[in-house]
Amino acid sequence: MADQSTKKSPPVSVRQENFLRAHHRHHHRITLGRFLLLFLFLGFWETASGLAWIDSFFFSSPSGIIKYLGQMLADGSFFTHTGITLFETITSFILVTVLSLAAATLLWYQNSLSEILEPYLVVLNALPKSALAPLLIVWLGTGSNTIIVAGISVAVFGSIISLYTGFCQVDPEMCKLIYTLGGSRKDALVKVILPSSVPLILSSMKVNIGLSLVGVIIGEFLAARRGLGYLIIYGSQVFQLNMVITSIIILCAIAMVFYKLIQSAEHYYKKQY
Amino acid sequence: MQPILSLRDVSYSYHNLKGETPALSHISLQISEGSFAAVVGPSGCGKSTLLSLIAGLLPPEDGEILYRGLSSKDYCADSALRIGYMLQRDHLFEWRTVYQNVILGLELTHSLTAENTDYVLKLLDDYGLYGFKDKKPSELSGGMRQRAALIRTMAIHPDLLLLDEPFSALDFQTRLSVSADIASIIRKTGKTALLITHDLSEAITLADHVIVLSRRPASVKQEMSILYEINREDPLAIRATPAYQEYFNQLWEVLTDGRPID
Repeated sequence: MADQSTKKSPPVSVRQENFLRAHHRHHHRITLGRFLLLFLFLGFWETASGLAWIDSFFFSSPSGIIKYLGQMLADGSFFTHTGITLFETITSFILVTVLSLAAATLLWYQNSLSEILEPYLVVLNALPKSALAPLLIVWLGTGSNTIIVAGISVAVFGSIISLYTGFCQVDPEMCKLIYTLGGSRKDALVKVILPSSVPLILSSMKVNIGLSLVGVIIGEFLAARRGLGYLIIYGSQVFQLNMVITSIIILCAIAMVFYKLIQSAEHYYKKQY
Repeated sequence: MQPILSLRDVSYSYHNLKGETPALSHISLQISEGSFAAVVGPSGCGKSTLLSLIAGLLPPEDGEILYRGLSSKDYCADSALRIGYMLQRDHLFEWRTVYQNVILGLELTHSLTAENTDYVLKLLDDYGLYGFKDKKPSELSGGMRQRAALIRTMAIHPDLLLLDEPFSALDFQTRLSVSADIASIIRKTGKTALLITHDLSEAITLADHVIVLSRRPASVKQEMSILYEINREDPLAIRATPAYQEYFNQLWEVLTDGRPID
């Protein structure tokens, strides 16, 4: 098999080979640099706490974090807290995506509605959502509902505004084409506006997943007995800084995984079209 | 011959808060069935507005547009009297293959029958695009894209073709061959066509009836019939005839009112 594939590939000139080699070398260097930075940071942190340059009670240490993580995995609290945060974030992300697409479509469909709602949307978007949290607690109690609504409230208004703006920027001539071929406004929406906005929808999803996570953590700070946000607040109150920093690191990992997932969706879309 | 399309005293203005911009003023003209007409005029004089009115995308403010004896409301509702409209840019959608692009009109009018798709495949074959039907539009050359746009327009069996400067996005060489190509395709099918252009040579090589519009607000300045003794197929041969020179000079005179350009 390997022989066959080498036989089939066209001959590569020396210059092309050099170019490819330089390209790969560059990529390897970047990856190496990224890992080096991480290890240097962790190494410095560990040494500093080991040699008591910093107080490991306040600043924790990589070894302390790993130990705490092992403990969390052993007693299963890792899965409860991470699971509930993930569940809340994904639920609010899906709801944000669906709601904002529906709302942007409606606004595009009804010009006067968008004119009526514009100032309200801008104000709601600018409003710090943490100001709403006490109200949500009173209305919905403490628990997942409140937290999911908090996650939605952080992301949804900005997402509606950016999707609607994107819909309006689609070349009007493309819609004219639909009308000249006998199509209606609904056809223009389905055949032109939505498909041409797929890159925009994907990039707004990228922003939304991050904002949903922000909203969920705010919600958990204020109204939860479970979840990573709760662990962070609880850990700081009982001076368990290992707990706080471990939770933050799990959050980093979650954000990274979400980002990679949407990025691969984007890659898949680009490969298709 | 009975005119297929007639405009009587048609006027149209655009409105905004700063005021009114008259685009067309008292336009009257007639297009006879099977003819290839061209509308020329200074840029921004309202030529595209004229086509939008005829296609029924805009309602005339004054006057009357009759197409096969029907007013614009009635003929737009009649599916047998489709008007094909070819826009300045091809607007082939990048998220569809060439084939999916050319059947767009059939999809929108819910007429994706085997008979119609066979016709589209035949058109693709006739215009040398059959091998490209599953490619993306970005893989086609400028001339091929324009032909694909023409197939998309022809797929819905239009009774009248409106062409809004469809060649202006092409480079000069492609433009000469593609415009001659498309004109001969249209002649062969015997469709009535109305071409808008700001290119005088294009108008007098392709059309057999030229309508000259004035500056904005546009009104009909003059109409000319164009007749050559040689075959229309070869745009370069036509451009070499003395009749072409004669027509060009006449048209130039009309457009500039006999004054040198300022």
